Amino acid sequence: MSTDAPAKPEIGEINKYNFRTETKGIFKAKKGVNREVVNQISDIKGEPDWMREFRLRSLEIFESKPMPKWGGAIDINFQDIYYYLKPTASQGKTWDDVPQEIKDTFDKLGIPEAEKKFLAGVKAQFESEVVYGSLEEELAKKGVIFTDTDTAVREHPELLREYFGTVIPPEDNKFAALNSAVWSGGSFIYVPKGVTIDFPLQAYFRINAESMGQFERTLILVDEGANVHYVEGCTAPMYTTESLHSAVVEVVVKRNARCRYTTIQNWANNIYNLVTKRAYAYGDATMEWVDGNLGSKLTMKYPAVHMMEPGARGEILSIAFASAGQHQDAGAKLVHEAPNTTGQIISKSISNKGGRSSYRGLVSVMPGATNAKNNVVCDALILDSESRSDTYPYIEISEQDVQIGHEASVSRIGEEQMFYLLSRGLTEQEASTMIVNGFIEPLVKELPMEYAIEMNRLIQLQMEGSVG
Amino acid sequence: MTHVLKIEDLHVAVGDKEILRGVNLTINHGETHALMGPNGSGKSTLGLAIMGHPGYEVTGGAITLDGRDVLAMEPDERARAGIFMAFQRPMAIPGVKMADFLRHATTNVRRPERKEGEELIPMREFRKELKEKMEHLRMDSEFARRYVNDGFSGGEMKRAEILQLAMLQPKFAVLDETDSGLDADAVRLASESIADIGHQKMGLLIITHHDKLLEHNPPDFTHVMLGGRLVETGGKELADELHRHGYDRIRKAYPEAEAANQEMLAEESAAV
Ligand SMILES: Nc1ncnc2c1ncn2[C@@H]1O[C@H](COP(=O)(O)OP(=O)(O)OP(=O)(O)O)[C@@H](O)[C@H]1O
Ligand SMILES: [Mg+2]
Repeated sequence: MSTDAPAKPEIGEINKYNFRTETKGIFKAKKGVNREVVNQISDIKGEPDWMREFRLRSLEIFESKPMPKWGGAIDINFQDIYYYLKPTASQGKTWDDVPQEIKDTFDKLGIPEAEKKFLAGVKAQFESEVVYGSLEEELAKKGVIFTDTDTAVREHPELLREYFGTVIPPEDNKFAALNSAVWSGGSFIYVPKGVTIDFPLQAYFRINAESMGQFERTLILVDEGANVHYVEGCTAPMYTTESLHSAVVEVVVKRNARCRYTTIQNWANNIYNLVTKRAYAYGDATMEWVDGNLGSKLTMKYPAVHMMEPGARGEILSIAFASAGQHQDAGAKLVHEAPNTTGQIISKSISNKGGRSSYRGLVSVMPGATNAKNNVVCDALILDSESRSDTYPYIEISEQDVQIGHEASVSRIGEEQMFYLLSRGLTEQEASTMIVNGFIEPLVKELPMEYAIEMNRLIQLQMEGSVG
Repeated sequence: MTHVLKIEDLHVAVGDKEILRGVNLTINHGETHALMGPNGSGKSTLGLAIMGHPGYEVTGGAITLDGRDVLAMEPDERARAGIFMAFQRPMAIPGVKMADFLRHATTNVRRPERKEGEELIPMREFRKELKEKMEHLRMDSEFARRYVNDGFSGGEMKRAEILQLAMLQPKFAVLDETDSGLDADAVRLASESIADIGHQKMGLLIITHHDKLLEHNPPDFTHVMLGGRLVETGGKELADELHRHGYDRIRKAYPEAEAANQEMLAEESAAV
């Protein structure tokens, strides 16, 4: 193994996901999912009984639930997937403890660079468990907890028992049930009352074992008046066999608190990305989901905000890019459960080279949620005649006194715009990439700088060979 | 060697509507040509055909630049070969910042051999140059961060076109009513800037209905278009005459071209 210092990776290098580092898995559970496998996972993790019971109960629910009837075509053999793989014997405490082969992978992902820079909260998930992470003292001093969820089960049982599985119970849907049975890794964040974290907490992770499900579980608790921005970005290496990613993310935003959760995901073309994300926002709290989906074979993801008490706000910004062989069924869900709540959805989708993107959104105003305001804008850009875009907006309103807006547009790159850029010397490829980046710019400018750059580069990669 | 843009017996149609009916024009580098003519006579069409707009089909004739076949080039190749057009109605590109757009454009035009994905002009160098040019045009530096033509006022749009002319430094430029929609001060500023950037430094084809621009950029030749043909060519005095007296004399002198012009206008209003 080389001991040379690695070339300084640029953040953009994260995009080059078609490399793969050999993994010496220390333990792999058997393929398939059943009581034995679930018990084994719980044994290895040394979990308390309540979690083992939660997993086993979830397994029963998973087995009894039908596949979702909407969204995209799902062709998964659940018994042909590894549900658990433990890459190292124990969790890395410092950078020196992290095995070289994992460091090599991180180098390619730009992790050491991020580490050098301060990104205190970088939690890198390798395979299905967090192997390396460091918390900046500053966070600890403020009483912030930022750890992997496995550790949280051991070290913060009172918080976990109170909130885990309450925002998204296993009964919610088949994939949430599966995650609940076999989950591993993911982040746990607790931000105490009144604490503001003024830099984004970040997590990087990637899948790196063939046919290996990734079932991370994230729980974020933002106490009254607190403020946090959590960013997850991930890339996956290219594989030929089917692969499943099914995460569950639960967020609780207490009164006057604020949480923004940003995701940029770029999955390999063979991955099913079926994720359940939901937040509860209490009185005058704000929850924002910023969600960028690229790659995968099929993504089904509809981040949700339930506005539980008066004055709560929910905002969802969604970008989806569907290219050859990809179906992005992405959208959002806003549920007004109390008066004077405000919700907004802005969705932008791009379909290219025969890709298909669908916007699927639900806006629901429950009885008693008077004076609810909600606005939905979804714009689709279709780059060629083989590609497709659909919109499925669902609206359920049980109150009179509400303001609901919905705008949708579908466009193609205009000949005049294209000609204008070409007449200035841009190639067709550059011009269309520029128009596409311009189309999503209103959302991209909401991203932290390095993610905005990454997003633009990802778009550039997706656009390669798309014209001519 | 001086560069030459040569247009020979050019015929252009939009759909099955014939617009240009045999245009001949030779522009040498350093010369200024005024192109005048009533509304709908085909002036913009000539510019768009030179630039290679896909909606304007060349049905006959030739365009060459120093003997190279311009009609065989894509619009971006024409730009890189040194042809430019300031548009009468520039397009908005929402979400694309002026600075990013200009950096790509400037890089490609200055380095015609550049392969896609290769480095752009260094940011610092580019910013410095852009800043200087914008100050020269008395444009606010904030302008570089705005989205291309998106929500620009008429005047801002025209100034942005002049800024592009300044950055791209083409060999030949068609300026299509770059003085329209501007207030009196802005017309003077635009006229001076164009003189500064292009007069005698490029081959200019100036399409205009006003006299200010030509005062600052006295034309070596004035051409009058009617019914899709250049019916008359003269010097600066022809432009002065048309500004003073309009097109009555021309319309009477060339009844066939006048009939063609009327026909195009009639089709236009029938289409609406
Ligand atoms: N894209 C188009 N589709 C249909 N007709 C067109 C198109 N472009 C030009 N024409 C027609 O061709 C004729 C010449 O138009 P052009 O814009 O070249 O005139 P112009 O001389 O530039 O006029 P103006 O002084 O008003 O700008 C007009 O009748 C116009 O309607
Ligand atoms: Mg015109």
